[in-house]
Amino acid sequence: MAEIILEIDDLHASVDGTEILRGIDLTVRRGEVHAIMGPNGSGKSTLCNVLAGRDGYTVTAGTVRYDGQDLLALAPEERARAGVFLAFQYPVEIPGVGNTYFLRTALNAVRKHRGLEPLDAMDFLALVKAKMKLVDLDPKFLNRAVNEGFSGGEKKRNEILQMAVLEPRLAILDETDSGLDIDALKVVADGVNGLRNAEHAVVAITHYQRLLNYLVPDFVHVLAKGRIVRSGDKALAAELELKGYVDIEGAAA
Amino acid sequence: MTAAAIADHQRHLAAAHSLDAAVPGFVRALRQRGAEQFAGLGLPMPQLEDWKYTNLNVLARQSFALADTAVPDAAAQLAQDARLSDGIELVFINGHFAPLLSSLTDLPVGAVAGSLAEAMVHHAEIVAPHLGMLVLPDTDGSAALNAAFAADGAFVFVPEGIALEVPIHCLFVSAANGHATMTHPRTLIVAGACSRATVIEQHVGVGTYWTNAVTEIALGAGAVLTHHKVQRESAEAFHLATITAAQAADSQLGSHAVSLGAALARATISTRFDAPGAACSFDGLYLAGERQHVDHHTSIDHRQPRGTSRELYKGILAGRASGVFNGKVFVRPDAQQTDAQQMNQNLLLSDDAQIDTKPQLEIFADDVKCSHGATIGQLDEDAVFYLRARGIDMVDARRLLIHAFANELVQRIDTEPLRHQLEAVLATRLPVLVGEQP
Repeated sequence: MAEIILEIDDLHASVDGTEILRGIDLTVRRGEVHAIMGPNGSGKSTLCNVLAGRDGYTVTAGTVRYDGQDLLALAPEERARAGVFLAFQYPVEIPGVGNTYFLRTALNAVRKHRGLEPLDAMDFLALVKAKMKLVDLDPKFLNRAVNEGFSGGEKKRNEILQMAVLEPRLAILDETDSGLDIDALKVVADGVNGLRNAEHAVVAITHYQRLLNYLVPDFVHVLAKGRIVRSGDKALAAELELKGYVDIEGAAA
Repeated sequence: MTAAAIADHQRHLAAAHSLDAAVPGFVRALRQRGAEQFAGLGLPMPQLEDWKYTNLNVLARQSFALADTAVPDAAAQLAQDARLSDGIELVFINGHFAPLLSSLTDLPVGAVAGSLAEAMVHHAEIVAPHLGMLVLPDTDGSAALNAAFAADGAFVFVPEGIALEVPIHCLFVSAANGHATMTHPRTLIVAGACSRATVIEQHVGVGTYWTNAVTEIALGAGAVLTHHKVQRESAEAFHLATITAAQAADSQLGSHAVSLGAALARATISTRFDAPGAACSFDGLYLAGERQHVDHHTSIDHRQPRGTSRELYKGILAGRASGVFNGKVFVRPDAQQTDAQQMNQNLLLSDDAQIDTKPQLEIFADDVKCSHGATIGQLDEDAVFYLRARGIDMVDARRLLIHAFANELVQRIDTEPLRHQLEAVLATRLPVLVGEQP
């Protein structure tokens, strides 16, 4: 069996004093793709934000180990450099910061952590242009400010581009499929599939099953009221698509 | 010495200066009016609405002397460092034109770029109708004092239909020579009908001194003028500047003000549309840290129909710095179909930094499109987190965002050598400001 990359044990977290995560247990091994599904308000985005280290989320109990270390003890940038990547549900527009400069700064921060030399502008450009083909994003986006004026689909593709450039070991997709038309969805799924190998792991958070037609998961978990209430293989996703979350929520109450 | 005694001393100085017989009559008359007005007004004090947030008491408590024409080594070095790579350089040391440090390339026939002192004599027919006509000596005490001491500064004249392809860089260097000096540079720009030019006014210096500058800009019909004001005075300096323009029909004024230095800086930048179809864009960027104080008062007076104005001022304040923005826009009854937009955005990087911002729109016409807004804030925390989530550390993320905030205005500067100079200056200045964050 492959090595464990992420181990979440009895994770409790609250926002503004309200407990949102109420005891999450999850084990992810290298090479695996896990889908976490659940209705609105079940705690999907909170889980993502806690894993990425966003301010405003308080972990009240439990542990998260990533690659053998205490993930929660690391600052957000340290997690990113260690190979954790969060694809944002709502990527932030940053006027005045060029996409190229941003991405190169990020990549070189990650490379430095891995003991690699920084890439110069020429080498970086060659790399990023190759990756842009993968996500079907026009090179003109490199000259624009980060996400500024991008359509919803372009923002999501830009997230996948960043992921492709940074080559994380654990990618967490926070409803990356939401708001995408079918073509964009395929592009995003292809981008993630392109990264699949024995080393990398993916945790895809989604509300709908349709992403999983293209990004076939090894495991599907159902999150309800801050707990994982059911786990199974991809057949579970199909079942949820048919029956909805009503029964599950009833069971979690 | 008390403030009153100093003011008294300066009044005497100004009165004596106004009697200098060597200058043309119209200059003497201006000095005399300035001295008289200053005797009545004194330096502007916070009781005046326009000076409510900028207190010159600290300035009034010191004494300043006029500098002689000697060129201190430090000044020559600063002049060298601040040079722009191409174009015309007019260098002024402690208020006096320094021909040896300047470079004048050939100008089109009839165009003039040089010292105002010389122009008062050799181009009196152009200077006399404009000097003291836009910044009246009774505007306030600082304008009065400048008029009283009016002696030198830059003079730019662009004849009708002429386009100056190279920017004219007017560099004012102050370096105290033993005693704290004061300079009262006066700049006059006369842009003929359908002419085009770019003028950069830059202030640098070392030590304790006081710059009290006045600039008058007359734009003929259809003239296009870009005016950059770059304030990079020493950390101990006081900088007061009054820039006033008047625009004829269909003229366009681009005013860019960048304020980085000085212990206390105040700029009053105004234009008025005297005929239909005029347009202006006012851009401003101010950075202040430690205990710096920076104040911009702008005024755009739409007096005639179909005028367009755009104004964007951005400020970054750190440490215990304080800033003031006051933007007046007047739309007079005749100024129908005016289109005016104003925005002031501020980043406060510390709890002790502060900004007083006040948009002031007075609209007396009914067929107009006007908007204004002001923001005061910290960095967008979502953006900081986004950058950190990609591996960029907190300090770099903040620096990147602050740089982006300022960069919007730097990138609007289309005078390339100046833009490059400012990019380099900001690259060293911004990290210092960010570092002041506790």
